Amino acid sequence: MDIANGAALPDRDTLLDWYRQMVLIREFEETCYELYEEKRITGVYLHLYSGQEAVGVGALAAIEPRDHAITSYRDHGVALARGVDPGPLMAEMMGKRSGVSGGKGGSMHLASREHNFWGGFAIVGGHLPLAAGIALEAQYSGRDDVVLCFVGDGSSNNGYFHEALNLSAVWRLPVVWLIENNLYGMGTHIVEASGQPLLHKRALAYGMRDGGRIDGQDVVAVNCALDEAVAHARSEGPVLLEALTYRYRGHGVSDRQYNVRLKDELEEWKAERDPITRLGACLEEAHPDSRPAMSALEQAARDQVLAAVKFAEESPAPDADDLVRNVYVE
Amino acid sequence: MAARNQPMREALRKALREEMLRDERVFVMGEEVGKWQGTHRITRGLYEEFGARRVRDTPISEMAICGAAVGAAMAGLRPVAEMMTINFAFLALDAIVNHAAKIRYMFDGQFSVPLVFRAASGWGDQATASHSHAPEPIFAHFPGLYVAAPATPGDAYGMLKTAIRDENPVLFSESIALYPKPGPVPDDEDYLLPVGEGAIRREGADVTLVAWARGVEWSLQAARQLEREGVDCEVVDMRWLRPLDMDLVYESFRKTNRCVIVEESLPMYSFGSEIAAGIQEDMFDYMDAPVKRVSAMDLPLPYARDIELMALPDADKVVAAVKEIV
Repeated sequence: MDIANGAALPDRDTLLDWYRQMVLIREFEETCYELYEEKRITGVYLHLYSGQEAVGVGALAAIEPRDHAITSYRDHGVALARGVDPGPLMAEMMGKRSGVSGGKGGSMHLASREHNFWGGFAIVGGHLPLAAGIALEAQYSGRDDVVLCFVGDGSSNNGYFHEALNLSAVWRLPVVWLIENNLYGMGTHIVEASGQPLLHKRALAYGMRDGGRIDGQDVVAVNCALDEAVAHARSEGPVLLEALTYRYRGHGVSDRQYNVRLKDELEEWKAERDPITRLGACLEEAHPDSRPAMSALEQAARDQVLAAVKFAEESPAPDADDLVRNVYVE
Repeated sequence: MAARNQPMREALRKALREEMLRDERVFVMGEEVGKWQGTHRITRGLYEEFGARRVRDTPISEMAICGAAVGAAMAGLRPVAEMMTINFAFLALDAIVNHAAKIRYMFDGQFSVPLVFRAASGWGDQATASHSHAPEPIFAHFPGLYVAAPATPGDAYGMLKTAIRDENPVLFSESIALYPKPGPVPDDEDYLLPVGEGAIRREGADVTLVAWARGVEWSLQAARQLEREGVDCEVVDMRWLRPLDMDLVYESFRKTNRCVIVEESLPMYSFGSEIAAGIQEDMFDYMDAPVKRVSAMDLPLPYARDIELMALPDADKVVAAVKEIV
């Protein structure tokens, strides 16, 4: 399956940079999975982004550093694509003081204020009105920043979704609502959860721009659609669009039946639509000399994640002083 | 200090207006706060003065009002979000409890959430069960949030200013029954009452009455009645349910060795339980009698006036409780 779907192909350096980010995310996530199996990452919540890399990378490439990103608990890939260092991210998985959230947030609460990455949020839909509020601050202050809000398909059916999207439309807030439709809210398929499973169509009900449904396994298509959506949000107001994607590791690591439950479907998505394979094939076709560069990026990703694991494991745990710090601004 | 006699409603309005004039980042949002002038008229005239950018009418969307206030505060504004009644804050409990109160801690200090959730509270107007609560202790359960509940117009003025200027999220409860009651309001734009500091409303030697908001009024009435019968009550107004000024309670208790706790809320897992637990843990050697609690009856509230008022605390019930322990 080709990528770009007729869209103009970005230059080689851009494609290689996206390839770099996507293989880094995949490597990071698969390493997290192994570390969890080895009990070097503990806890009960670890929601991996493997399979969905093209959405985060393609979308975040469409916003500027001054813009804002916010997402749900499936937040590792978004953090990495926003440029957060893998070391402090891995340290957060391991509950270390050097973690981005001091070891107090864990996998679901990654954030980096300096990257305008406002966090992963663990209550389904809870970050949607936060995105509206962050956009309100930009509008109120007379800046034209945009908020890119990643929305799981699961959260499209709770009240936060309705209230936050409607408010953003009423106030013309500069938000791009990007639904990452990976077909399942935990184990329930979207057609069993939504009367209208074409989720982007809800834009009509809110009186906002409908950015359509895009192939979320095609990083070029994602980026192209997001360029348009971001431009609209910056000048006109909110946009709702939907990227069709797929998660390779179940809802979370405690979902141990996903590869039995979804065997055929999972294999089909991996074999036919894998976003990294597709970008690689595209690169080789457009720039036949790219293979060595891609191999080098794959090796660099492995090295970078190994270094992140080393950094995390060698970092101290938080202590009793950290336990009681930052409840309030003192 | 120069002061003017004003109802609490006006004191709150004055605080809001002055803080909006002082700090461009302060804005008001909520249902009917603008063109309607506020359901309880706390925002009267602000829409005309400050315009739609800073006095923002919202849809009936409590989750979005509270959640958007959190996001705007994280990004640097100082929202004052109004819940038309505190009962509607139940719809937004997740935004208040899981987001406003916890974001600073969860991200280890990367963000602060300087906002105020103003909420009209209380019961006694035949508002019926779903609109009749004084549920402040529910919110005070959660670390990360402050909970304010003023009893006088002057306190309402100084505490709201403090809440707006503080860097932390504050649930600011306003008793609907107290809105029209007048009292001195200082003529000082920087009149700030410190977070977590209670006040002695009446000095006395025999019994400590610990209360907040409407409970202070019932306690003072009871104290006047008991004085005629030779019982000298001290009345402690906690003002903040979190942080809780237990030092002030203990200071009074060391003197009186007896305590009655008075509150408008329900009795189970309550403010009264909390104060009583503190006293028995820390003041055991000073106790001369069991700690008594006066609260609403453990019921949903009915409509009919005759039976509704039976369920509420009042000065007579406070007097009766005091008489049991002196």
